[in-house]
Amino acid sequence: MAGTVTVPGASVPSTPLLKDELDIVIPTIRNLDFLEMWRPFFQPYHLIIVQDGDPTKTIKVPEGFDYELYNRNDINRILGPKASCISFKDSACRCFGYMVSKKKYIYTIDDDCFVAKDPTGKDINALEQHIKNLLSPSTPFFFNTLYDPYREGADFVRGYPFSLREGAHTAVSHGLWLNIPDYDAPTQLVKPKERNERYVDAVMTIPKGTLFPMCGMNLAFDRDLIGPAMYFGLMGDGQPIGRYDDMWAGWCVKVICDHLSLGVKTGLPYIWHSKASNPFVNLKKEYKGIFWQEDIIPFFQNVTIPKECDTVQKCYIYLSGQVKEKLGKIDPYFTKLADAMVTWIEAWDELNPTAAATENGKAK
Amino acid sequence: MRPPSLLSLTLDSALLRIAHIADLSHLPDHLVIDLFRVEKVLKLFLATGCEEIILAVQLLNIKQPLKMSSGIQDSEVDIVIAALQPNLNTFFEAWRPFFSRFHIIVVKDPDMAEDLKIPTGFDLKVYTKADIDGVLGASSINFSGHSCRYFGYLVSRKKYVISIDDNCLPAKDAAGSTVDAVAQHMTNLKTPATPFFFNTLYDPYRKGADFVRGYPFSLREGVECMLSCGLWLHNADYDPMTHVVKRNQRNTTYVDAVMTVPLGAMMPVSGINVAFNREVLGPVMFPGLRLRNEGKHRWDTLEDIWNGLCAKVVCDSLGYGMKTGLPYVMRSDAEAGKALESLKEWEGVKVMDDVLPFFQSLKLSRTAVTVEDCVKELASIVREKLGPKNAVFTKAADAMVEWNNLWKSHGAHHA
Repeated sequence: MAGTVTVPGASVPSTPLLKDELDIVIPTIRNLDFLEMWRPFFQPYHLIIVQDGDPTKTIKVPEGFDYELYNRNDINRILGPKASCISFKDSACRCFGYMVSKKKYIYTIDDDCFVAKDPTGKDINALEQHIKNLLSPSTPFFFNTLYDPYREGADFVRGYPFSLREGAHTAVSHGLWLNIPDYDAPTQLVKPKERNERYVDAVMTIPKGTLFPMCGMNLAFDRDLIGPAMYFGLMGDGQPIGRYDDMWAGWCVKVICDHLSLGVKTGLPYIWHSKASNPFVNLKKEYKGIFWQEDIIPFFQNVTIPKECDTVQKCYIYLSGQVKEKLGKIDPYFTKLADAMVTWIEAWDELNPTAAATENGKAK
Repeated sequence: MRPPSLLSLTLDSALLRIAHIADLSHLPDHLVIDLFRVEKVLKLFLATGCEEIILAVQLLNIKQPLKMSSGIQDSEVDIVIAALQPNLNTFFEAWRPFFSRFHIIVVKDPDMAEDLKIPTGFDLKVYTKADIDGVLGASSINFSGHSCRYFGYLVSRKKYVISIDDNCLPAKDAAGSTVDAVAQHMTNLKTPATPFFFNTLYDPYRKGADFVRGYPFSLREGVECMLSCGLWLHNADYDPMTHVVKRNQRNTTYVDAVMTVPLGAMMPVSGINVAFNREVLGPVMFPGLRLRNEGKHRWDTLEDIWNGLCAKVVCDSLGYGMKTGLPYVMRSDAEAGKALESLKEWEGVKVMDDVLPFFQSLKLSRTAVTVEDCVKELASIVREKLGPKNAVFTKAADAMVEWNNLWKSHGAHHA
């Protein structure tokens, strides 16, 4: 099979490369030097670089990578008035990359994330693990105490209903970070020196009905199954809030995945997060979010998507209406956000017209 | 040592002087409220016992700090071991460093004829068939096989129980150190559980971890953990089908995590390595579901799975938590061939497929505010909804009611 890595003599089935089916989306404002470390794992893939900030700056991409690059001017040109839904001066702009991609899978990574080592000292091929996660089923309906039963060496435990052992399609693979953990500003202020040194050797499915904080630093997803829900919201310049882009997307994604019987996995792979952002700057960005999330979480916990919503787009449009109705009273920002969510779907459908568009996200 | 933060330095210095501040009325209200939101300060004010302060805190709807136990005393713990094999010398010698501080209850499988061999040097009491019959008289609950340990739960007089199967020895962690499963269970039970939102760095109370960005602050208090479910290296807890198909597979992955099972999520609780708050959860820790041809192997039973599902529903309903993950124990091999024999009779497949949808759609009424009330309600729903599908469920409902009665007369005491 073309594009499969085969290790001679290995008894473990190899993971397909998927090099023609996966795009790597990277938001950046500075440079892409970090790609040098990832070269052995990323070189076969097409990169979509979304340049945030000053479009007159030239972002240098290391030699040998196949990529397309979009700056703010490109985004404005391609989306026209709909470009208003894409954030400026915030890594949330990365979701533009999801929209323009033509591939089935997306892997997104921050430019301060490097290759981590597993406990044996071996370099972790994060992309390969994400692919493994996405290509094997999830188990959202019953928690397996030995975690991912499809992993080598594991299985379903006694008491796990047989009717559920086929699992659900995996829409999202959420990876973790060693070194600088993804803490909010108050926690960073209290624990500035804390480093995540614990390698937890597990992948697991987040149960249906349970929300989680989705971090966009090391994230992969099936664009066909859940792409339209991966809108990273209105953040950054001109917005009252920042550092909640991935969180917002995660809550929308999880609620829709639960509705469509799709799975979300978390755990391996780890990357090495090198840069600790300034906690005081973060506090300013997150401040409103910390208070608003107290209302946002109950909203997502209680929202019920009607049965008729059988595609991701329909679910998302329904959610946007609920956001306007229920969260609009907290702050006018949410009304703006709800409108942007609709604009996003319109832009998505415009850039991704297929006869099978109505099949997107339908659980098989 | 990390340097103190500006905030903590300010608070510490203010607290030193707080006794000299007779009157806070000059402080703007919003500052006082913010002060109260700092746990250290709040605790100090609440400790004065001043009515006005307590009222103010309640009016402002400020969450009072969770009363975390300062630690679990050894004297609050019973270790309950079901003896399904007569020779427990290897077992107890291996566990001696971790068990010797505690009182131990050994319950001998009433079907086992041979005498038990247990080494000396433990504070240990053995219960046999004679004791079970003597204490309970004629009970409809069958305490044979793996169910015998529930008798141990009944007669224990401690607040916490830790129970490990007699074919399990201490495991070694990834660094090669021997795992103190007892200590880990105790840690799990004394730190809060966080069922309302999933923390991607797992247990936020572990050293070196915390709640991640995006975890709502109001949910960071957690709830009391009532049940700690541990795991097994080497011979994992599989059903007989999996034992037969993967006869050579051994669990060698040490996953260094404890996590809370989220609200509403169901999971199969294995009785091989558990610990729980007996004082609170006792009435729901029963041997309810008994398969028709239940044997002596773990794969012949579902009693613990049923027990765990009931316990989870009750915990979810009453605002308690359940954790899973560490500690590991090392579980020895069973004869794989025996699994094939059990397979012929195993009705577990059918049973679990009926059981799960039932538990997933279950919502106990708001008026059931104690564990006993929840069990009573649960038993009647089981009888009504599952009974018609399989007689084994009607028997389970009977056992649950019987257990509730037994608990009232024999179990509901503590030291």
